[in-house]
Amino acid sequence: MSASHITSPQAADAASFSARNLLGIEGLSLADVLILLDLADTYVDLNRQMEKKRTLLRGRTQINLFFEASTRTQSSFELAGKRLGADVMNMSVGTSSVKKGETLIDTAMTLNAMRPDLLVVRHGASGAVELLSQKVDCAVINAGDGSHEHPTQALLDALTIRRYLGSIAGLRIAICGDILHSRVARSNILLLNILGAQVRIIAPPTLLPPRAERMGVEVFQDMSEGLRGCDVVMMLRLQLERMTGSLIPSTREYFHHYGLDSQKLKYAKPGAKVMHPGPMNRGVEIDSAVADDPEISLIQDQVEMGVAVRMAVLDTLSRNLPNVSSEKAKE
Amino acid sequence: MITPDQIAYINARLVDPASGLDTDGALITFGGEIQAVGPDLFPGEGASNVSDQFQVIDCQGHVLCPGLIDMRVFVGEPGAEHKETLATASQAAAAGGVTTIIVMPNTDPVIDDASLVDFIKRRSRDTANVNVYPMAALTKGLEGTHLTEMGLLKEAGAIAFTDGHRSVTSSRLMRQALSYASTFGALVVHHAEEPSLSQDGAMNEGEFASRLGLAGIPAAAETIMVERDVALVELTQGRYHLSQLSCAASLRAIEQAKERGLDITCAVSAHHLALNELDVGEYRTFFKTNPPLRAEEDRQAMVDGLSRGVIDIIVSSHDPQAPENKRLPFADATPGSVGLETLLPVALEHYHNGHVELGNLLRALTYAPAQRLGLPSGRLAPGAPADLVLIDLDKPIIFDASTLKSRSKNTPFDGRKLQGRVLRTVVGGKSVFECESVVSLSGER
Repeated sequence: MSASHITSPQAADAASFSARNLLGIEGLSLADVLILLDLADTYVDLNRQMEKKRTLLRGRTQINLFFEASTRTQSSFELAGKRLGADVMNMSVGTSSVKKGETLIDTAMTLNAMRPDLLVVRHGASGAVELLSQKVDCAVINAGDGSHEHPTQALLDALTIRRYLGSIAGLRIAICGDILHSRVARSNILLLNILGAQVRIIAPPTLLPPRAERMGVEVFQDMSEGLRGCDVVMMLRLQLERMTGSLIPSTREYFHHYGLDSQKLKYAKPGAKVMHPGPMNRGVEIDSAVADDPEISLIQDQVEMGVAVRMAVLDTLSRNLPNVSSEKAKE
Repeated sequence: MITPDQIAYINARLVDPASGLDTDGALITFGGEIQAVGPDLFPGEGASNVSDQFQVIDCQGHVLCPGLIDMRVFVGEPGAEHKETLATASQAAAAGGVTTIIVMPNTDPVIDDASLVDFIKRRSRDTANVNVYPMAALTKGLEGTHLTEMGLLKEAGAIAFTDGHRSVTSSRLMRQALSYASTFGALVVHHAEEPSLSQDGAMNEGEFASRLGLAGIPAAAETIMVERDVALVELTQGRYHLSQLSCAASLRAIEQAKERGLDITCAVSAHHLALNELDVGEYRTFFKTNPPLRAEEDRQAMVDGLSRGVIDIIVSSHDPQAPENKRLPFADATPGSVGLETLLPVALEHYHNGHVELGNLLRALTYAPAQRLGLPSGRLAPGAPADLVLIDLDKPIIFDASTLKSRSKNTPFDGRKLQGRVLRTVVGGKSVFECESVVSLSGER
């Protein structure tokens, strides 16, 4: 995954990013991350212009293959591909084809035969996107695999923080809520560590992954302690659909102890920013008064950054695709 | 030319874990039995000193010991012959130096009726080239609700009773099983796992599973069940064998139970002696096992338990799986790995690195399971079955999955550097496997 030949961030440009796929933050170097974030910055500017269309991916086919329902991530990738000029196809593979007995690998092989250039994949099982990437020739982008990683979400979060708070190094950032099921949390923990932030996670023990303290974070179970001095508070969606057994007694009790309202936000540093990857469970993990306050909330900015980051990822990976002329030369 | 009935294995290093024998000498088989064994059978030990009444096999100083007895082997027959048949499992066993396999009842249909025990016996007699003994189900359909007809099953040839890789969750039923089995002196073999703690898990619980985003199986899922079983054995005074253990806390529970004099034995799989959770790497499903590969401290505890004799037996836990069960996201893949052909060299790692003495290691693979199951094999003694294996202890090999005789290729040891090779496997006096490069060793006159 990593572009190990890059020795200093200064030497970095999009051409230096050597990875074929983006399967996770794990394995990325600081230089890789800065390449993507710097490029994404330019796409933020582009996206704010009237003329947003580029032709960089003209002739390329991008397939968004979603085994799990998604509105915002899928539309964000779709828009990113279209703005760069790619032909974008959305495929939502529900449970139906799984019931017919088609496996993930069968699906991958079928799509591969259609010769896409970029494959954006979301799947409910950890490691599924990596498995699929071993069976196809195109560039694969992980749009979320189980509870493992969601790298573009972490990149867009980092871009959002960087644009509003400047450098990420040295910031104290708390990630709160359902860490156990969250691929967003895992990717963010990795990425924010690469960028030099001091990362905290706050959750009841039942929603913490075992040995979470070994993942480069400080672990807190109490919001008042955990939020103290934090520059950024990232809230996570309570993934009720993934919960088995009794992880929390009720959403009422959860909100009482872990839901972010203006009262609990006072524990954080004055002026602290609030983020949420969406979709939000209002009144469960976050209070509307906080979520909707433009002085506090960066949630809408995250959505905007999402398109730019995904454009940067598509752009960067497409540069490493074999181009048509060299393939013709082989034939 | 008539092949003589008597075969002399000369120039052997005889290792018999049952008697503690470890000496240079010779062994004579007559028909299906061992006739004589010892250092002074043929003064001079040259092939020329052996009379013409023998067929002679020159062991060239290599280890000749009882054939291995593998107490935990899953096959696909009946019901999943595409994974493994009794015939292919027996070929894999022969290649691995295993002369007796104990097959699990987790087939389709489940081996829970005397007629099915008979089916396994007949199919084995007709198609297998090693000894095959079936374990019958402990509960009907492996459902954990009703006991099987243990008495009738035992008479039909069931060697012990188990639900294979399923646990009996009802403590009452387990108590009844242990108690009722004692009527027939039957051995209850149990896979210890509390399913409510393990059901969603895909690998060992811990930092590594957390990083991979996989739900974990805590060691406590096993230990809780082991401790329950120990309490029930104490209550019933039954005969109990823990089919496989994987973590340090379970080992402590077993050790304490043995100190109290309970009739308890336990086994560990070769892969739990050799591998740990980190070997899962990037979601490699061939390393998904049940119980899962544990932490390195647990693996070391297993080796220690073996060297101290707390762990009695080593098994392969041979569990063939087809590609469609393994080429899946890790959480969806079926656990299990084939192991018959790697059992010996993987176990020998612990002899080569000095952790376990050769005699103790081989005992756990031969005499200990024979004794526990009441088999006459597993020893080098006159009158014992001529089930033997000739081993080149030191031969370095790089294990290659493509050489597997097993119908399924799901081995976690592909490419592993191992030391030790089976040169010849003898079942009932007949050679059923000869290592290709040493065929010339058999000096028939």
